[in-house]
Amino acid sequence: MTNLFEDNLNSYEIIWKIPSHGKTLVNQQDNQIFKLSKNKENVLKIGIKDLAKYPFLTEAGEYLANTGLSLEQLSHPDWKPIVEKAYGRIVVASSGQIYGSDLESLDNDSELLSFIVAIILLKSAGIATLIRRFSLAEARRSERFLQQDLWVSRDKKNLELPLKIIQDLFAVKVSIDNDEFVIKVPDYLQRAVHFHEKEWKLVNRRVTNGFVYLSAHETVRLIRAELGEYINGKIQSVNIQSIPQGFKQRVEDLVILAKKFSDTTFVSSEYPPCVKHGIEVLEKGENLPHSGRFLLATYLLSKGQTVDQIAPLFKNAPDYNERTTKYQLEHISGSSGSGTKYQCPSCEKLRSESLCFATSDCDGIINPIQFGKKRKNK
Amino acid sequence: MNEKNISLIESAFKEYYFNRFDLIHVPKRATEREFGYQKFNSGMIRHLAIKNDKELHLLLMKEIPSDVYCSNAYYTFPNLPMSEKDWKGADLIFDIDAKDLALPCRKDHTIFKCSSCNSSVIEFQSQCPKCGSTKFETASVMCKNCISESKKEVTKLVDILTSDFDIKKEEIEVYFSGNEGFHIRVTNSDYEPLGSQERADLVDYIMFNGAIPESFGMKRQNNSKSSLPTLEEKGWRGRIAHRLFTSKSKTPKITKEIISSGYTAFQVQLEEIKKTMGVRVDPKVTMDIHRIFRLEGSINSKSGLSKIQCDNLDSFDPFLEACLLGDDNVQILADCPLQIKLKNKKFGPYKNELVSLPKYAAVYMLCKGLGNAI
Ligand code: SF4
Ligand SMILES: [Zn+2]
Ligand SMILES: [Zn+2]
Repeated sequence: MTNLFEDNLNSYEIIWKIPSHGKTLVNQQDNQIFKLSKNKENVLKIGIKDLAKYPFLTEAGEYLANTGLSLEQLSHPDWKPIVEKAYGRIVVASSGQIYGSDLESLDNDSELLSFIVAIILLKSAGIATLIRRFSLAEARRSERFLQQDLWVSRDKKNLELPLKIIQDLFAVKVSIDNDEFVIKVPDYLQRAVHFHEKEWKLVNRRVTNGFVYLSAHETVRLIRAELGEYINGKIQSVNIQSIPQGFKQRVEDLVILAKKFSDTTFVSSEYPPCVKHGIEVLEKGENLPHSGRFLLATYLLSKGQTVDQIAPLFKNAPDYNERTTKYQLEHISGSSGSGTKYQCPSCEKLRSESLCFATSDCDGIINPIQFGKKRKNK
Repeated sequence: MNEKNISLIESAFKEYYFNRFDLIHVPKRATEREFGYQKFNSGMIRHLAIKNDKELHLLLMKEIPSDVYCSNAYYTFPNLPMSEKDWKGADLIFDIDAKDLALPCRKDHTIFKCSSCNSSVIEFQSQCPKCGSTKFETASVMCKNCISESKKEVTKLVDILTSDFDIKKEEIEVYFSGNEGFHIRVTNSDYEPLGSQERADLVDYIMFNGAIPESFGMKRQNNSKSSLPTLEEKGWRGRIAHRLFTSKSKTPKITKEIISSGYTAFQVQLEEIKKTMGVRVDPKVTMDIHRIFRLEGSINSKSGLSKIQCDNLDSFDPFLEACLLGDDNVQILADCPLQIKLKNKKFGPYKNELVSLPKYAAVYMLCKGLGNAI
């Protein structure tokens, strides 16, 4: 037996409780979850299918507790497929893609269990960027389900679950008005300001009586970053003391995997603020408008980077597709099609597109390319 | 400003600050706010905590400030340095200034004062007719048109705040700024926790900045399928519908025209609409969540008028209601090429003449740089 399981824990410290002769996998903080699970009176009926879609819910831990399955059992060779599934889930996430659950398997435990095992693997490997990528990809996976659930059930009673997830986890109250979803203007603003496309500006939304109108897709899109952070925070707070034997190989594989993509990160402090900002937006998995992507591409190409070096930057973009990204980059670089090499847009152009984040280091330049070369003495 | 002017102005301010306790109060939740003030020819003193009216009155009597400010933000520790204050939230504030409205009347009452020989003219000139200098300072006074145009902006703003943002009328306070515009403050709303970026987007909404044709149903491609907003809608879509169609019966015909003129033409139309329907507030003021904003009841040293609340905006006359300084006569050397009306009395124009004026008018001229104490 490993000392991963600890006795004498306060019950409120438990998120994912896997009883193994009365032992638990513990979490040490996160009172929010506690609150959620304590309010038994108004807990919704959440089925295994829901947990497969939203494995980060507190109810997932309760479900596992009731199955009586232990972590030791999970490391038994019989459960190898779960460990492999968990590993696959991480690999997919690390490449910037979204792990696709087949809807059939939503009815059994393997979806939920592989999520839990993935967390144990990730925590054991202890690599923050990997955890971040996983959280983001899982957020986007759940986002799809959330959107479907919102849409499908918009006129039925069981809209409760998706709305409850949004409300409990992010304190945003969503209500429905004739097939549309509405949230309060301040709740909207606090989230939408992180998006840079014009259609997210409040002036481009329907606003009435203090509410903003959204589609199901837009509603979940609005909370994506928070969902990612929520999952990330939850993983961070899980405490793993040692790794079950059956997991060791995959943990080592994760360490190797992480090395591979950490080489391709090339953020430099020499970049101008607009370029740094664009990279940050992408790293967070937020959408960067095309004008912003164009800036990154032209800027980095002009600094001598290759298409292959630049392409991975866009991996986290919500609409990433490796082939089109490469194709577009090649087009911009002039190495395909027309042969025209595109120039980096001017500061003035970028300012008009709200992509300029000038600091005093930008004084006296008219194009980001000049950043760092021409320093005015003031 | 020269010492003689300062002492005349200060004596008038002093009288006001000693006698008009009835007009000067700390705002709601005063203990959570930062206060600040300035004296003539000296820097800003900030990060003050003032608990109640009594402390405020004491400070005003002791310091006779030229200007007094108070934060729209709420802090746990308002008197600590900014990084330690612990920001909790802030009232929404708006500044509407006649200067920013690009009104045609402005040129009729903007005075150019030569920086070297001090002579003043109304029309813009590249060179001083007297001494040939090219350096000017400007002074402006507000005219009737400026007031009514600024009021229109206030009304537009209040309409958006109440109908689009669901802010209650009782939570919206409208003030005359003390110089050439209005200040609007919203307290006790859901908008209090919003940060600077969020407020920037809110202000763009109010100003109708950044609207794209798609949001109003106009398609870039295939625009025959466009569906423009209807008169029944609320928010900007409703407002735009009213502007475009004016009435239900005209809607089909005008819709056809707009759609056949295409996307770019519609975009141009939206830009035009922005100029007249967007509320012209100063975005920097609303975005700034650490600002100290002129305190109501205090005197604005740019004019000698007070910042006071307008209970009835339509009938509000700043030259009557905000002109609150004493009226015993003082002698000044006035150089004011325009006629000025205060408290229903006309003054000037004066061409560098020694005149005896009621204090409120003398101070007004001095504050505007259009006269000197003797
Ligand atoms: S000034 Fe130019 S280089 Fe600097 S942030 Fe703005 S766009 Fe980028
Ligand atoms: Zn001159
Ligand atoms: Zn005017």
